[in-house]
Amino acid sequence: MGDFAAKLQLYFSYPFVWYALIVGLLIALCSSLLGVTLVLKRFSYIGDGLSHVAFGAMAVAGIAGLTNDMYVVLPITVISAILLLRTGQNAKINGDAAIAMISVGALAVGYMLMNLFPSSANVSGDVCTTLFGSTSILTLKETDVIVCIVMSIIVIAAFLLFYHKIFAVTFDENFMKAAGVKANVYNLIIAVITAFIIVLAMNLVGSLLISALIIFPALSAMRLFRSFRSVVICSACVSVLCAGTGIFTSIMAGTPVGSTIVVTDIIVFFIFCLLSLFTRRKTN
Amino acid sequence: MAEQLICRNVTLGYEGDTVASGIDFKVSEGDYLCILGENGSGKSTLIKALLGLKPQMSGEIERYGDIEVGDIGYLPQQTVVQKDFPASVREIVLSGCLPKCGLRPYYKKEEKQLAENTMARLGITELANRCYRELSGGQQQRVLLARALCAAQKILLLDEPVTGLDPKAQLDMYELISELNRDGVTIIMVSHDFTAATKYASHILHIGAHHQLFFGTAADYLASDVGKIFSERTVAENG
Repeated sequence: MGDFAAKLQLYFSYPFVWYALIVGLLIALCSSLLGVTLVLKRFSYIGDGLSHVAFGAMAVAGIAGLTNDMYVVLPITVISAILLLRTGQNAKINGDAAIAMISVGALAVGYMLMNLFPSSANVSGDVCTTLFGSTSILTLKETDVIVCIVMSIIVIAAFLLFYHKIFAVTFDENFMKAAGVKANVYNLIIAVITAFIIVLAMNLVGSLLISALIIFPALSAMRLFRSFRSVVICSACVSVLCAGTGIFTSIMAGTPVGSTIVVTDIIVFFIFCLLSLFTRRKTN
Repeated sequence: MAEQLICRNVTLGYEGDTVASGIDFKVSEGDYLCILGENGSGKSTLIKALLGLKPQMSGEIERYGDIEVGDIGYLPQQTVVQKDFPASVREIVLSGCLPKCGLRPYYKKEEKQLAENTMARLGITELANRCYRELSGGQQQRVLLARALCAAQKILLLDEPVTGLDPKAQLDMYELISELNRDGVTIIMVSHDFTAATKYASHILHIGAHHQLFFGTAADYLASDVGKIFSERTVAENG
């Protein structure tokens, strides 16, 4: 045990471990907030679609040789989020078909570009990093951490500011439109915040696993809690705890950060499922 | 009685296809109008036009007095999303006050009080902390009705409010709506329940396959040819 504590102490003497922890917890918190809304609106897959778009955008940024790819990735992802949401409403192309189309398309184009114009000698290593996040969270620089903190504050502030609107629009869009609330504007805000979260989370878990970070805490919380507010709070707590546990485990056991966090989320989901069986039996 | 809504020769449709034409009626304060019509007769399109969600193809819909778009409380049909939505009754009723907030990110004391009063008025105060998805169909409709009343007190537009309810809950719902009407709330209800419409409503608007068949008081409707045909068919179906 003393060995364990000493090892932990040693790790925390390195700033990059602190950076990883701060960034990881912030991202986990942000991604869980909108998860409930996305799951309830049947938009779970939008996260997945957008993350693939972000992957494609990252490839483009890499080729253009930009030092900070955020300038390319963020606008492209935001625009795609808006487009995806609009197609979902107009229903000319089916919503989920549109998402599948854009996400797979972006993935293919991104991988193709990375191969045609390799920015480093190790293309498959680059691809793997972008898809699964692997070690990039442990190589964060101070500026990355600051960018992440600023973006997190924007996301959390926007969520708190629009909390009641997001709830109302999620529960019943038509009623709100009839009552003169600009539901489309709030849908747009939801889409833009989602895009922000995805770009943020790419560093932590990579673009393939982002959906898990968004959806699992929300689904876990929905097993046990019965009001919107308690579900959101629980989902935020679950997400932050899982991220913390995941980061520690990965540092100690040398497992990849992103997938460790997601596995922790999955375990918690099953625990909550079991718990919900007991509580349901009690109420019946 | 002061007129609140007048439709003049309104034609409804989607992208060039006419669904219903010649819609001509008016609603005055304290009326209980029931809109009858078979499925596909343009009832839901008419609702959207009345709510200002979708413009009519031609004709005019005029709002009188202090009625504006958004002053009509709407009880929509339940959506799939709501079936397993984790939300407490209080959260849902309170969301009816959201249109009053504008850009303000929180609810004021008066708005919270309005939500509490409305829940008391509809007898659902003891359900306030319960989860919406665990309620019975009748209780869920009461919750949505309370939300509509928080949004607007003068006119309520109810879209098939008793669909999917058991007979006892249907009766309770109709009585509750009548009670609100007696308190001075104008009711516009879309339905295909002929018996209940003629029993509770003061006015009937009957839309046929492509155009309006009847508009007038419920008593006149029962005496009219359209009403007679419909009433005989209802008797035949039920007998």
